[in-house]
Amino acid sequence: MVDVAIKSTDGHPLVFLPQHDGYADETLRTILRGVETFAMVGASTHWRRPSFYAMKYLTKKGFRVIPINPGRAGETILGETVYGSLAEFPGKLDMVDIFRTSEEALDITKDVIAAKDEKGIEVLWMQLTVRNDHAAQLAEEAGLTVIMNRCPKIEYARLSGELSWSGINSRIVSAKRARPVKS
Amino acid sequence: MNEMQRLKAQGAEPALPTDYGIETLAVHAGARPDPVTGARSTPIYQTTSFAFDDADHAAELFNLQTFGYIYSRITNPTVAVLEERVAALENGRGAVAAATGHAAQFLVGATLLESGDEFISSNNLYGGSVTQFGVSFKKLGWNCHFVDMTEPENVERAMTDKVKFIFCEGLANPGGIVLDLEALAEVSRRHGVPLIVDNTMASPYLCRPFEHGADLVVHSTTKFIGGHGNTMGGIVVESGRFDWWQNDKFPSMTKPDPAYHGLTFAETFGDFGFTMKMRAVALRDYGPCMAAQAAWNLLQGVETLPLRMERHCANALAVARYLEAHPKVAWVSYAGLESNPFHALAQKYLPRGAGAVFTFGLKGGYDAGLKVVDKVNMFSHLANIGDTRSLIIHPASTTHRQLTDEQKTRAGAGPDVVRLSVGIESIDDIIGDLDQALDQA
Repeated sequence: MVDVAIKSTDGHPLVFLPQHDGYADETLRTILRGVETFAMVGASTHWRRPSFYAMKYLTKKGFRVIPINPGRAGETILGETVYGSLAEFPGKLDMVDIFRTSEEALDITKDVIAAKDEKGIEVLWMQLTVRNDHAAQLAEEAGLTVIMNRCPKIEYARLSGELSWSGINSRIVSAKRARPVKS
Repeated sequence: MNEMQRLKAQGAEPALPTDYGIETLAVHAGARPDPVTGARSTPIYQTTSFAFDDADHAAELFNLQTFGYIYSRITNPTVAVLEERVAALENGRGAVAAATGHAAQFLVGATLLESGDEFISSNNLYGGSVTQFGVSFKKLGWNCHFVDMTEPENVERAMTDKVKFIFCEGLANPGGIVLDLEALAEVSRRHGVPLIVDNTMASPYLCRPFEHGADLVVHSTTKFIGGHGNTMGGIVVESGRFDWWQNDKFPSMTKPDPAYHGLTFAETFGDFGFTMKMRAVALRDYGPCMAAQAAWNLLQGVETLPLRMERHCANALAVARYLEAHPKVAWVSYAGLESNPFHALAQKYLPRGAGAVFTFGLKGGYDAGLKVVDKVNMFSHLANIGDTRSLIIHPASTTHRQLTDEQKTRAGAGPDVVRLSVGIESIDDIIGDLDQALDQA
């Protein structure tokens, strides 16, 4: 797994949460099985961008993904309207996936905490290479479950056995048949 | 969301994934019961191609937007099990198998080197690799600087702006030399290039180079991983920890790739970007894929890697001690012997044993050496290592034949050298066979 430098943001003293260096498979599986609708902050309209890949893959697996991108508000990605902010999306959200930098994650997290009760948000997920322990601490204090420096597409594929098809080390040992997470 | 509320209520804390022992990984990693039939042994997917669900599914697969099989030149379910198995044994992130160890080395070059680029290699290498790097790669404009890496500062001296990686065999063929991987990793880190270790001779049971700072590992799986002398194969394993963005030396990883509709592999695939790049471009375009049947044979072999390596190493040490005490033997180069100059490094990097391949020389020189090769009965005279059977060869006239005399001596394959790959037979029979041959030499 990529080691991400832990930096102080917003002038706040450095926070390091060692429990976020790794996550039990069962924690990730439970989140991915439970989440139905999530917002992707930093979704791209461009089909070559990694966020587009992740959105397309997870949509196919049965998630509803709401794209958030202030520069693209009103456009559509994969049939979903793009919203300029979390607050502008009128419906319920189970999770927010941050596809922005570690530094930007702090302000986005504050938006998530503000919108949490109204939208029913339970999980804050930061993408692979995105880690902000200060933001995670605030989110956890607000009652959110936090995952950092992971990609939900890669974790879904890993736990479903699909990542292994490309020779990637899933770190799973099991004598049970691999099954899709959502099945 | 009820399940998640239950998890929270239980106070379940995130934890690191379980670390399995290497004996467990050798049997299980990458292989689960077949999802459709429940078949417990990995099936041989003897097929060239895989059916698409519809046009959109096909397009997603070709775009690398979803995971799945297209064509066995690129991925195959049986081969994928071997790839994940070896990646797990090496504690790496991902792996790509190839038809042979030489093909695996070629795929590394094809992924990291442009024509005109350079790399630095240890001169203590399998002779075939010396020729591949020094002669055949040169025709592609890939320029290799060979240095003696037993002195890591030699690498520093050979470094140029065009060098893209450092390559070595940690435990070198034909034997007896162990390199200081951590010192070499320090040089590679300082210059922002990956350290690539050929781990064929040690196998991941004896040494895991990623734990000492290596970034990529290559194997000829033909040798100890397969272990039975019946199947060709190679593999490249990625640690997932090399930062391709730290400098501008790796445009093939960090710039949009014209061979893949402008995809940037290190960005899209993160810590397994190299594995995806090597597979989707180098393996796809040059085509030296591993066959499904070969992968299955190698999977059979790798399950017993820990058991075999224990016996290989115990037998090799006993043979080396026997030879060291034999009046007709001039020298023995086995890092497991206390008298060997690399013994301390072997204890550090190969604590479970110094491997099963080593060399010795007879006081009678070239002629006596050839005599031993001719007079053994159970030892097979052939050009391979890492077989269950004990093997013997005279490198100067065979595996290292294409090298100059100076290169031969530097590679530990001088005119008097005899190489053994000690098998897993009864130790008394192995020593007995050598004993009767030495009597006649």
